[in-house]
Parts: sequence; structure tokens; C-alpha cells
Amino acid sequence: MARYELRFSGAGGQGLITAGIILAEAASIHEGKQAVQSQSYGPEARGGASKSEVIIDDVPVDYPKATKVDALLALTQEACDKYSADLKDSGILLYDTDLVTKLPEGGFKKVGFNIINTAKNEVGREIVANIVALGAMIALTGVVSRENGLKAVLSRVPEAFLELNEKAYAAGFEKATAAAK
Amino acid sequence: MSKKVGFLQGNEAAAHGALYAGCKFFAGYPITPSTEVSEVLSIELPKVGGKFIQMEDEIGAMAALLGGALAGQKALTSTSGPGLSLKQELIGYGCIAEIPCVVYNVMRGGPSTGMPTGPSQSDVMCAKWGTHGDHATIALMPASVQETYDMIVRAFNLAEKYRMPVHVLPDEIVAHMRERIEFREPGELEVIDRTAPSVPPSEYKPYDTKFGDVPPLAAFGSGYKFHVTGLNKLPDGFPTTKAEYVQAEEERQIRKVTANIDEIVEFEEFKLEDAEICVVAYGSTSRSARYAVNEAREQGIKVGMFRIKTFWPFPDKQIKALAEKVKGFIVPEMNLGMCSLEVERCAQGKAQILGINRVDGEPINPEQIIEKIKEVK
Repeated sequence: MARYELRFSGAGGQGLITAGIILAEAASIHEGKQAVQSQSYGPEARGGASKSEVIIDDVPVDYPKATKVDALLALTQEACDKYSADLKDSGILLYDTDLVTKLPEGGFKKVGFNIINTAKNEVGREIVANIVALGAMIALTGVVSRENGLKAVLSRVPEAFLELNEKAYAAGFEKATAAAK
Repeated sequence: MSKKVGFLQGNEAAAHGALYAGCKFFAGYPITPSTEVSEVLSIELPKVGGKFIQMEDEIGAMAALLGGALAGQKALTSTSGPGLSLKQELIGYGCIAEIPCVVYNVMRGGPSTGMPTGPSQSDVMCAKWGTHGDHATIALMPASVQETYDMIVRAFNLAEKYRMPVHVLPDEIVAHMRERIEFREPGELEVIDRTAPSVPPSEYKPYDTKFGDVPPLAAFGSGYKFHVTGLNKLPDGFPTTKAEYVQAEEERQIRKVTANIDEIVEFEEFKLEDAEICVVAYGSTSRSARYAVNEAREQGIKVGMFRIKTFWPFPDKQIKALAEKVKGFIVPEMNLGMCSLEVERCAQGKAQILGINRVDGEPINPEQIIEKIKEVK
């Protein structure tokens, strides 16, 4: 595959950096591809627009930041406004339908579902919204296999939360697949 | 057996590289964007019989570092710009007293507290000239997570071999990005320890040049008693103002580096064989430059990159040779023109020099470099 750029954006504290790390680990450790994860955040520990970027390629990744984004996750309106300008026309925007109401213009594919609400009410804990989103991003982009994505999730989370995260990952994967149809 | 791999941040890799090198002492004060080094070592050092200490401030941390190093341990501190400023008095002390240690400084915006979470490359001159007086400096510039691990090991080797503080200067992007790394097997990388005295305590002098430009260093607490001061000193370590000692000692300390410059200076030449334009880059900016060089080559432009791995001592000889060959240098850096001054000094007017300078907290992207490449006449 050629260089593929993903960006997870939202508010600080939503676990977007973790989601980026897990995806990059899935690609680099479990799938044998080359991957770099980087982030940009403000001085706040919570709140403020935050982004985590993952670049995946078959050859070593030189420039570690996104140039033209292939897939963007937006969990807040602020992040969507701030970080969607360099999304490719052939790219994909995944957004939370409750929190992102004004969609940016562009030829890219727009896929939305209630990501945070799914974590809170269907999976049972809002804290796993990032894993719901990760499952959805993997379903939409196919940058790593469903199995390798899950392996990476399970190797990152504490044992007591394996089931919760597995449930969150599956919910995201399936909801995104349905929403993309 | 397959190698142990990890998906780590540059800062985490630095901590593991230090452990590989045999670091047993860390003294520091937490500061964004370098704190992960302390976090990892606070957990890992006690497991290998090492000591971790968080001091009351950066000055105290640097003082503790020198003490730990004199007690015979390989010692590391990590910091960022504001901390590097505070440490300068003690870095100078480490230079004149010839105390091996490693200062890992993650470059963020400045001056002063600047932009704590934004990347920068504006401490390269501070590493060299932050402390006053003539002194030799070694500063290494990693560009990837694996290289951060490997360069910390090399920094310890150089510190131990030449008995002096050594800087490692990642920018915030390298320090915080994550990549796959291989943990090195024992023996895979060279690990150098300082030369211990071959004479009994009664005959030991800490600056005895009959053993060469780098006199053996005894560990405090091992039975050797000696004097350490920030003043110019005699071979036994006691102060002197005698002209012949002061001049010779200062020159010897500089010579430790200048006489070994070819061994110390490391660099990478990328697609430079037939290049008419040379991008001189370091740290994360070299990754943008590599991308830009590949793109520009596809457009038929003969451009290559000289990647600085050792910033101090500066690769004078290599840049001078390139200046005879290329039409122009592009120097992208996340500061308002520091490396470009050194390139200018080496090029001596023989090639055009164009800087790309950014201090807005955003990295220099490949597009900017490609545009600048096209401006070379």
C-alpha cells in the first residue's frame, strides 16, 4: 500500500492519542507495516482541540505528520472545523452525529453515527468511546485487519477491561459498516 | 531468537537506551516535553540497582548529576529549554571539572517558557554557548525513535571516553512520536566505560596529563581522595592562576574534541552524489527534507540531503567540501536561523544559502522545502 494518513481529532481527554497508538501498533507490530504516530495538543489536560495522527506505509515513513489526510475522525465540532481542511476529496470523514452537526464541504465520503452515545449506553462506559471510534475507523479504512486491530486493543488495556474494550471495538466496527452502506 | 520490539515514544526510547548504556543514576526535574524520560527511569532504575532522584529544581538536578557521575555512575538528566537555561552554571562546572554525564534536552519553543507543547530546534546554540567561557561541546541530534535509543548509548560512550558532559537534542516531534523499535541485545552496541586509575590512591591526580589528554577518573568513595573545583586547576585538582597551567589546561580540554573530530562527527549523505542543491537538515526536519528530496528528484531536480547527526562539533569539513560542489544550500530549521549561520561560516560565500525558518509551533513540511529548492539559482 502507498502512504496512508489517518487523523483522530476531538477534545483532550477523549482518548484520541491512545486510539492512534493502538492503530499504529496494530499496523507496525501485528501487521508488519511501517507506522508512525504523533500528536498535537494544547497545554490543557482536558478539553481544547486535540489530534493524533498515524501514518502507515509499506516503506519507512519519513515525514511523520499528515500532509493530505485519507481518513479523519472528528468527535467534536471544534475539531471538525479545525482539522478537516486537508482531508482528501477521495478520503473519509467519520464523525459523531450528536456532536458534529455542521459538516465541512468536500467530495470526501461522510460517515456518521452516535459514537459517544454508543459507548455510554450500548457498551456501558463513555470512557471506551475512543475504542468504538477505533473499531469504526478500521472498518471504514481497512488499513489493518479486524483481527489485528483487536489484538492491538487487547494488548494495551488492563485485564479487567478486556471484555468492555472488545465489546466497544465490535460495536464501532459494526455500526460504521452499517452506516457506510 | 527474535528480537524484543516495542512501539515507543522517543522519550521512552531514550530512557531504555540509557539503561542499555549502563546508566545507574538519574537526577532531574519534570518538564514538558521531556517528562516521560523521568517517568520510565523512576520505574526502571530501582530494578537494576540504580537511583532516581527528582530534585527541587533544574539547577539542583544538574548539581546532583555531577555528584552522581563523580561517584562513579553513568548519569543522565532530561530537561527542556527553560531547564537547560537553569542548568548552565553547572554544565560549565562539568566542563571545567571534566565530569562525564549526559544532558538530554527536548527542544520546545522559547525563549523562556515559550510554547511548552510545541516543537522547536532553537536550543542548538544554547547547547554550545549557553554556559560561559571556552569549552568543547558534543551535541547529538536524533531523527527517529530507534536513533534516539542508539544515540543515548553513543552519548554515554562519548561522555565516558572524553570525560565531559554530552548533549542529546531531540526536538519535541522526535521526543513524542511513536515508532517501532528494536531493543538492542547485549553486545550489539558498543558500551564504553571511563578509564579507571592504574595508580594507587597515594599517587592519583585527577588531571594528570601523563596519561594523555583524558586523565583517568577515580570514583569518589572508592578510596581515592581528590579535589574538584570550578576554578582553573593544577593536575591535583587544586586551584591555580599560573599562566602556563591555565592556558595548557584550557587548550587540552578543547583538544579532547578537536583532535578526535572525525570519530565524533557522524552524518548521513542522502542522494548527494550528483546533487547541485543540498538540503542541510537535522532532527525531525530531516524527515521532511527526505520526503522533499524524493519528490523533487521525481520532478528532475538534482537535490540531496546532508543530515547532521552530530551538531557539535559542527561538520565543518563536510560542509566545506559540499560548498565547492553545489550551487546552493537549503537549511530548514525550527528556529530563526542557527544552523544556517554555521553553514554560512563553512561555505565561505561559495554557495547560495537559503533558510526556511519556522517558530510557530508547526513543523516545516515537505512542501515548503520543495518550494525553496526551486528558488535556488
